[in-house]
Amino acid sequence: MSDLMIAGELFKSRLFLGTGKFCSNEIMAQSIKASETEMVTLALKRFDMNNPEDSMLKHVEFPGVRLLPNSSGVRTAKEAVFAAQLAREALETNWLKLEIHPEPRYLLPDPIETLYATEELAKKGFIVLPYINADPVLCKRLQDAGASVVMPLGSPIGSNSGLKTREMLRIIIEQSTLPVVVDAGLGAPSHAAEAMEMGADAVLVNTAIAVADDPVKMAQAFKLGVEAGRMAFLAKLGGMTQSAVASSPLTGFLNDPKHKN
Amino acid sequence: MGYKNYFQSLDWETVKNQIKDKKAPDVKEALKNAGQGNLNDLMALLSPAAELFLEEMAQISHQLTKKRFGKTIQMYIPLYLSNECVNSCLYCGFRKENGGKRITLSIEEVLNEVEIIKRAGFDHLLLVTGEHPGKAGVDYLSAVIKAIRALFSHISIEVQPLETTQYEELIRLGLNTVLVYQETYNRDQYKQFHPQGKKSDFDFRLDTPDRLGKASIYKIGLGCLLGLEDWRTDSWFVGSHLRFLEKRYWKTKFSISFPRLRPAMGSLEPEYPLNDRELLQVILAYRIFNENVELSLSTRESRQFRDHVIKLGITTLSAGSKTEPGGYALNQDRLKQFEVHDERSSIEVARMIQAQGYESVWKDWEAYYGI
Repeated sequence: MSDLMIAGELFKSRLFLGTGKFCSNEIMAQSIKASETEMVTLALKRFDMNNPEDSMLKHVEFPGVRLLPNSSGVRTAKEAVFAAQLAREALETNWLKLEIHPEPRYLLPDPIETLYATEELAKKGFIVLPYINADPVLCKRLQDAGASVVMPLGSPIGSNSGLKTREMLRIIIEQSTLPVVVDAGLGAPSHAAEAMEMGADAVLVNTAIAVADDPVKMAQAFKLGVEAGRMAFLAKLGGMTQSAVASSPLTGFLNDPKHKN
Repeated sequence: MGYKNYFQSLDWETVKNQIKDKKAPDVKEALKNAGQGNLNDLMALLSPAAELFLEEMAQISHQLTKKRFGKTIQMYIPLYLSNECVNSCLYCGFRKENGGKRITLSIEEVLNEVEIIKRAGFDHLLLVTGEHPGKAGVDYLSAVIKAIRALFSHISIEVQPLETTQYEELIRLGLNTVLVYQETYNRDQYKQFHPQGKKSDFDFRLDTPDRLGKASIYKIGLGCLLGLEDWRTDSWFVGSHLRFLEKRYWKTKFSISFPRLRPAMGSLEPEYPLNDRELLQVILAYRIFNENVELSLSTRESRQFRDHVIKLGITTLSAGSKTEPGGYALNQDRLKQFEVHDERSSIEVARMIQAQGYESVWKDWEAYYGI
């Protein structure tokens, strides 16, 4: 299967993992391994940047797994840029999962601040992966602003509700020149498979794995779901093409020998 | 228009009777709307009729909380700065009529306390005072916040209600959260319990969360003092306050606490006591009403109760708390606000959380967010 490329870097796994909500750092680390992911996000607010011995940090660092700091908790573009700069210094990475959700209940992303921050961060040389609502026009704006991927939500974060934004995701995937990573709301491996079957380039999963009774097994199940969905996309699902009907009752007259051009 | 105006349209007795009249079908309907209930559902969940559904409510609350907050518990610790107070609240250990040594910690003494608190692992801190504008007013709070800002990721206060501009000033210095409990939403009873002092102004207190919202505070903690008045009715008013504020101050986060009236020196016995079963019902009712609100439980409650409810809706716990100023460093028996019921250390509580398959979270904020 072809690999995913983001900002010039190849990823064999198309499953990205979030690291919140786990019952322990040990289970989180085992889940990361079981998922065979090559990119995990880490909320800047959850670890102490000044402490190299931070327990959370120690449990998310694996060879071959890119650490993607996220700005969860910031409410404005200005805060996001500041957070990104601190993260770049502390973690020595210019990659950032840009999350700006000033609304603390459904954690829905602010499109305006996200666009401003993307412009600013891209200018400063960051690889920006913005978390957004499934808004096709915003995706085009972010593409122009210098984002490296777009990360539209399937449904609100932590809702486990699946692809409630399916029609908008379809348009985004159709139009995007950037990799599309479906982020948030994927509650089961079948949801992840569905996103991949639609042609998403990758998915990001956290809650569904972290709160499962057996997170390690669930991480493995998501890995398989993502692979199955990707394979089905490449094999081209029969049911998904708008195939023509065998007879042509409306245009058949054109083939009638009596019909004159 | 603030909650104060909306509150005028609500009648205590009417609400109380509506809750009492809820029947099993109302509770079932509320359970169907779990996570996204309305205020009518909240009445059903708090009603006597819901008592028969407690196990079902616990199952739903457990699932909702796990989905939204994961298998984690946020840890915090209170730091009592002052027990000096101009009020005479009948239920409080700090009431001015009480004897006992009064003290407001100096900055140096605060830093001594902080040293011990940091050693215990805490990164989210709650500063508490009585109400004494002269000794523990805004200038004092500003100085304390400035002195400790760099040492904590998240700072909350539970002090006298302030003006919007004063909140703005403290937020600028690094304040993240303000806890302000109405104690009771029964205006007449409120007067009885708060006979004099600044706290006797019911409306100024009721309007405080609106002032905080206008000051763009990150988080507001609501609650009532359970046991002062009919707890079902008071808890519903807290829910109505929450719903009102959430719609208007959409960037602000909310938490609810469950202070249950506990014995304190020279204070009154609760007139409307609630047992553990009933306190659990309140916790479950809020979670099923609103899946996103943080629910916080202090060391007022017993270890046994706390151990059991961390899986049932609670998201935030304090541990190792001392409720008198200087309690951590000096360990002297000074005037306490209330008696702590769970005296385990932070490490012991963290172990208990871990044993239940949950993770204690010590840091979940950055000092520069939202300032």
